[in-house]
Amino acid sequence: MSKLMKLHLKVWRQKNTESAGNFEDYKVDASPDMSFLEMFDVLNEQLIETGKEPVAFDHDCREGICGMCSMVIDGRPHGPKQGVTTCQLHMRSFNDGDTITVEPWRANGFPVIKDLTVNRSAFDRIIASGGFISTNAGNAVDANSILVPKEIADEAFEAATCIGCGACVSACKNASAMLFVGAKVTQLSMLPQGKPERQSRVVAMVNQMDAEGFGACTNTGACAAECPKQIPLSVIATLNREYISAKMNGK
Amino acid sequence: MTLESKIPTGNVADKWTQYKSSIPLVNPANKRQLEIIVVGTGLAGASAAATLAEMGYKVKAFCFQDSPRRAHSIAAQGGINAAKNYQNDGDSVHRLFYDTIKGGDYRAREANVHRLAECSTSIIDQCVAQGVPFAREYGGMLSNRSFGGTQVQRTFYAAGQTGQQLLLGAYSGLERQVGLGNVKMYARHEMVEVVKIDGKARGIIARDLVSGKLERHFGHAVLLCTGGYGNVFYLSTNAMGSNVTAAWKAHKAGAYFGNPCFTQIHPTCIPVSGHYQSKLTLMSESLRNDGRIWVPTKQNDERHPNDIPEDERDYYLERRYPAFGNLVPRDIASRAAKERCDAGYGVGQSKMAVYLDFKYNMMQRYGRTEASKLNIANPDDETLTRLGKEVVKEKYGNLFDMYKQITDENPYETPMRIYPAVHYTMGGLWVDYDLMTTVPGMYALGEANFSDHGANRLGASALMQGLADGYFVIPITIGNYLNKEIHTKPMSTDHEAFVAAENAANERIKHLMGIQGTRSVESYHRELGLIMWNKCGMARSEKGLKEAIAEIQALRADFYKNVRIPGSINEFNPELDKAGRVADFLELGELMCVDALDRNESCGGHFREEFQTEEGEALRDDENYMYVSAWESKGDSWELHKEELKYENIKIQQRSYK
Ligand SMILES: Cc1cc2nc3c(=O)[nH]c(=O)nc-3n(C[C@H](O)[C@H](O)[C@H](O)COP(=O)(O)OP(=O)(O)OC[C@H]3O[C@@H](n4cnc5c(N)ncnc54)[C@H](O)[C@@H]3O)c2cc1C
Ligand code: SF4
Ligand code: FES
Repeated sequence: MSKLMKLHLKVWRQKNTESAGNFEDYKVDASPDMSFLEMFDVLNEQLIETGKEPVAFDHDCREGICGMCSMVIDGRPHGPKQGVTTCQLHMRSFNDGDTITVEPWRANGFPVIKDLTVNRSAFDRIIASGGFISTNAGNAVDANSILVPKEIADEAFEAATCIGCGACVSACKNASAMLFVGAKVTQLSMLPQGKPERQSRVVAMVNQMDAEGFGACTNTGACAAECPKQIPLSVIATLNREYISAKMNGK
Repeated sequence: MTLESKIPTGNVADKWTQYKSSIPLVNPANKRQLEIIVVGTGLAGASAAATLAEMGYKVKAFCFQDSPRRAHSIAAQGGINAAKNYQNDGDSVHRLFYDTIKGGDYRAREANVHRLAECSTSIIDQCVAQGVPFAREYGGMLSNRSFGGTQVQRTFYAAGQTGQQLLLGAYSGLERQVGLGNVKMYARHEMVEVVKIDGKARGIIARDLVSGKLERHFGHAVLLCTGGYGNVFYLSTNAMGSNVTAAWKAHKAGAYFGNPCFTQIHPTCIPVSGHYQSKLTLMSESLRNDGRIWVPTKQNDERHPNDIPEDERDYYLERRYPAFGNLVPRDIASRAAKERCDAGYGVGQSKMAVYLDFKYNMMQRYGRTEASKLNIANPDDETLTRLGKEVVKEKYGNLFDMYKQITDENPYETPMRIYPAVHYTMGGLWVDYDLMTTVPGMYALGEANFSDHGANRLGASALMQGLADGYFVIPITIGNYLNKEIHTKPMSTDHEAFVAAENAANERIKHLMGIQGTRSVESYHRELGLIMWNKCGMARSEKGLKEAIAEIQALRADFYKNVRIPGSINEFNPELDKAGRVADFLELGELMCVDALDRNESCGGHFREEFQTEEGEALRDDENYMYVSAWESKGDSWELHKEELKYENIKIQQRSYK
């Protein structure tokens, strides 16, 4: 068993959406093999045992796929490692004696619910505005009658791996949601099945994104750098291209 | 009450078609007057909610995560089966039907499984139409791979993220209906009570997890699509929030629980590494297409796996089961791993692990093919490894990354260490052919019901079942009930039944909060999990199960004396949510042991040590146990009802994969 590390945590505590929050200091001993969230489990167990309130944070799958976990660690969404979510980050990425600062996503579109938990329902509303192909169960043709070249299928898949976590928004100084929206627009506009609606889709999604209060994109690239699924910046270029072409067609 | 499975008469291959065309319909105008509650938005719930809304019903959908897109289905890795026979390898609806019945060790209903196999092909069509980016071949056609318990390639996939892509497809359909105003979505809501009026399900009490407030919701019918209960074992491959609460409340309200002890232990998971561990991570079964499982032939061999020569490795699955080799069904592979580790051949620090090794196929299978594509004659080992690695990366890259992330070891170079872990529950709410529980108007879909997998589920068939239930079965079968409800006006939630249900939930929550003891909820959950794993896990015995029942009862009593839940009721309080779920697990765990004790045979994932062949294989008792156990809640105890299983189309045999 590996040696325990002594850590000092500065954690954002906020009772609810309305209240102001502040940082609290905690000490935790962690094994390097623990995940970051398991380290938080240990902290919470400690807090409960001493009659204090545990830190509220979102999580579910704990394997990097549900998109629920969402901590800003030392100023970076999902922490210091590239291509991983908070739940996949392991304590071996830190050193004995480190001080670690942990905050919630910070963005207009994502109000804090409590402590490290935020409300990301804006993303659902963006999808509801157009992030789909309009097809009803029962009216599909045989799957192999739609041929999709492998390169196209692979690229659509890459874009479709977005987990909707919101790290891109949190990383951006304008709190822009372009990477998230671009990923969905790219996936659906590349596939033959998605082409009929590509213009109305992109316009509806962009309108909803603006209505939710997400900022504009100024091409800083922080979103793609922090995205745990490494969604590339090119999806934003695709989004812009799709949007302009839809607008030119009077959509 | 007698159990009526309502299986239509006729030839198994024609039942569903005939039934579909004879079921009463609800006309479009009436549909708009009928309200349906869908609890859960995983594959089963999202597909059902979207489809029912497309048909014109008014739908309310609930999930406890912050978005329907995050249901546990998102984590499914390997793939989804369908009898498309795109590979021209002799697959058919009948073969999928046969494989599933046999894989389930002859404890599933023929009619349901046949229907599932029939629906499987439409699922793939539907998903492709939605834009699900399945893996494809260079010609643009869909690609397939193999899963355990089958000898054909019928599994469709999207890298190691099939569940994610399927769920995002179903979720997009659901959100489309939300946008159209046909579905009202309640995220961060947990169902905590069923409301029954005149014996029929008429709604639910849900708790808004952000405000902590209880809400009343009416529905002409209630669909539970709330997933499996593997987390009763604490450590499992399920998401942290997966729970039995909705199904358990339904059970307490009169729904029988089917085969609760049928649990699937998945052979290839990353082993436990420390006591702080909160969950276990699956390494998809698809890896067994290309990975070979072995242990050293010497006990307690301390050498690095790469230093152990070929002739000192025991590829025990290939040795014991030459016909299926590494692709035997999960229950068999899990028991074989346990057998080797118990006998002292395990590897790794804890010695509770075996190797899953990709080297051979990486070099000899993929490396050689790539080399010949590139016209490299006589490639050396290094070239073969390099070329093969690229192919393996494309197929399983995200799984290999996940493994490395967790263990800090590189599986491209060193074999993975794996061990069985709790993964899926075949048991669930008992349902008839229409997917209705024993409470009229209340349905169960997906992993939450017991229906299609018997005593062992084959890989890639849970996704298939969830989507079959949601897209193709319930939209038809619910008409059978709702056509009689068209004159039922929406009921006021001031009705006394709603008031009583809300009060019951309220009292329960207040009681839990009032205990203010000294132990955390987590500590009880962990302790329950250990009891279940040791005594109701991969091997069970009469003695162990009796002990477990007593231990669980004692633990439950202690829970209600000593649990400490911080915070308050009317706020966002994840500890309180967890307490409610663990309280239900503490009751379910006992029922699982009771069921396992009743079943004096071994079948599929249920292995009673007293009942095995000389070679250590499961020994079924078809004469006495060819039934579904359906347990009725009687307050503090249970009454067993039996649904006898009839096999008219498949010859029952001792299951063999040798
Ligand atoms: C790691 C992993 C990998 C897997 N890989 C595969 C695979 O490759 N192929 C395959 O076929 N199967 C696979 N499975 C199994 C498969 O994923 C599941 O059986 C299936 O997804 C279950 O779907 P479901 O819709 O029934 O439930 P879930 O997806 O579990 O959804 C449950 C829903 O119910 C909601 N809910 C639960 N309780 C409540 C409540 N009280 N109130 C309100 N809402 C509630 C949740 O919020 C959620 O929306 C895998 C499972 C795991 C754990
Ligand atoms: S684009 Fe990346 S960072 Fe943004 S929501 Fe998707 S996965 Fe998260
Ligand atoms: S908890 Fe699911 S992605 Fe982190």
